[in-house]
Amino acid sequence: MPQSPMSLPLFPPTLARLLRIAPLAPISVSLTTYARRLAKQHPGLFRRLGEHAHARFVLDPTDLPISLCLEPNGGVPRVSATRGPVTGDARIAGSLAALLGLVNGAYDGDALFFSRDLVIEGDTAAALALRNAVDDAELDISGEVAAMSGPFAGAVRRIAAVVERRTGVCLSRREETMAW
Amino acid sequence: MVMEIVCPAGTPASLRAAVKAGAHTVYCGYADETNARNFPGLNFDRAEMRDGIAFAHANGAKVLVAINTYPRAGAEAIWHRAVADAETAGTDAVILADPGLLDHAAKHHPGLRRHLSVQAAAANADIINFYAQAFGVKRVVLPRVLSVPEIATINAETEVETEVFVFGGLCVMAEGRCSLSSYATGLSPNMNGVCSPASHVEYHEDSGALNARLGGYTIHQVGQGEPAPYPTLCKGCFSTGDKTGHLFADPVSLNAEHLIPQLAKAGVTALKIEGRQRSRAYVAEVVRNFRAAVDALEAGQPMPEGMLARLSEGQATTAGAYKKTWR
Repeated sequence: MPQSPMSLPLFPPTLARLLRIAPLAPISVSLTTYARRLAKQHPGLFRRLGEHAHARFVLDPTDLPISLCLEPNGGVPRVSATRGPVTGDARIAGSLAALLGLVNGAYDGDALFFSRDLVIEGDTAAALALRNAVDDAELDISGEVAAMSGPFAGAVRRIAAVVERRTGVCLSRREETMAW
Repeated sequence: MVMEIVCPAGTPASLRAAVKAGAHTVYCGYADETNARNFPGLNFDRAEMRDGIAFAHANGAKVLVAINTYPRAGAEAIWHRAVADAETAGTDAVILADPGLLDHAAKHHPGLRRHLSVQAAAANADIINFYAQAFGVKRVVLPRVLSVPEIATINAETEVETEVFVFGGLCVMAEGRCSLSSYATGLSPNMNGVCSPASHVEYHEDSGALNARLGGYTIHQVGQGEPAPYPTLCKGCFSTGDKTGHLFADPVSLNAEHLIPQLAKAGVTALKIEGRQRSRAYVAEVVRNFRAAVDALEAGQPMPEGMLARLSEGQATTAGAYKKTWR
């Protein structure tokens, strides 16, 4: 009973080209600030990493010209954006939509692996630990960004909702309601 | 009576997702070698288990704690403590496989309901009745090697409730006795709670082809765009003589949703979903589908089906041994 693979949206090539010339330092600083906020609000995420809490993860959105290096540092994370080859203990690669959907709990990591929408290389145990820890943390990317945006929180949420509807990319946590 | 849906939870978030999606019962384990899904980043510490059980009970669901590996000589206290802590946390039952641990639980925790794990590979009424008489086992999780008529025969000869797998990873071996993973890695689900431990798995992409190695041995290679399987030896691709292929089992998942009416007629009490290593998105989607199926059966309505193959290993499914159509 074979099934056709899930179709995931790709990042618009025009916008991706802009990222080729975008300065990396502000991106790294913003993402590190965001990651440290997550670390404070979701300490269990880093506890779940266990022995992999000091691993170096390469997160590679394959439709973007940059990759991210995440170093959890035992709960004081650092994220750096890079162009070109980057080394780490584990590499997790997939389209930006796949990676965001994983973080927001919309997709199942094994299903993305089966369909080849997600690639894992290097330390498989570290990659699994990160995936499981993130899934348990019940993160909400747009919600977290909105919370960091002060008076612009409402605007951030509305923009995220519009982008979600128009692109099919999951930017916020899927709320679970009691089905029965 | 509605068939009970028994759902996996590898994390507290998955437990909550399962309960919200309509699980009657959730099974989970402690974050150590006492359960057969001892994977990185998974499982529950003591406080999480207590809170998870409280959440489930508050929403009308039960929680079963799987302590279903075989205790190591000299380290039995780890398993004994897990049973005691599960009872203290308020679990509705423990899922055990080792006869020694079953005996310990029966003697020291007589009020704690005991289920027999699939890891015990109890595949006929005689052995199931023995476990019931010797250790007071109330339910058995049947191995995934039985056909529907065989399950009906077992149910006709025992008072013990039966629980069968209906969805997820398909283990084709006599569970609890498979040592394939040990040959390649030195670790097994039986003793260490891990089949193909992630620490021994390596993936490498080469010109679009995905190579998977376990313990240094290449066990399969899939071409660009082809569905990928789990890195287990039983689903590996091997060459013998002039043949190359999946000699033990094809890399597919079990999906017996269309067999639910037959399983109900065969006297099955509970339907089990595999996948404590999966995400809360998987848990919620699978639970919703199976809850809808058993409710439709109870209401005499047609069975919904065909919605879950995307989540399956190799993106393909089989009815497995229930129909025994494989080679």
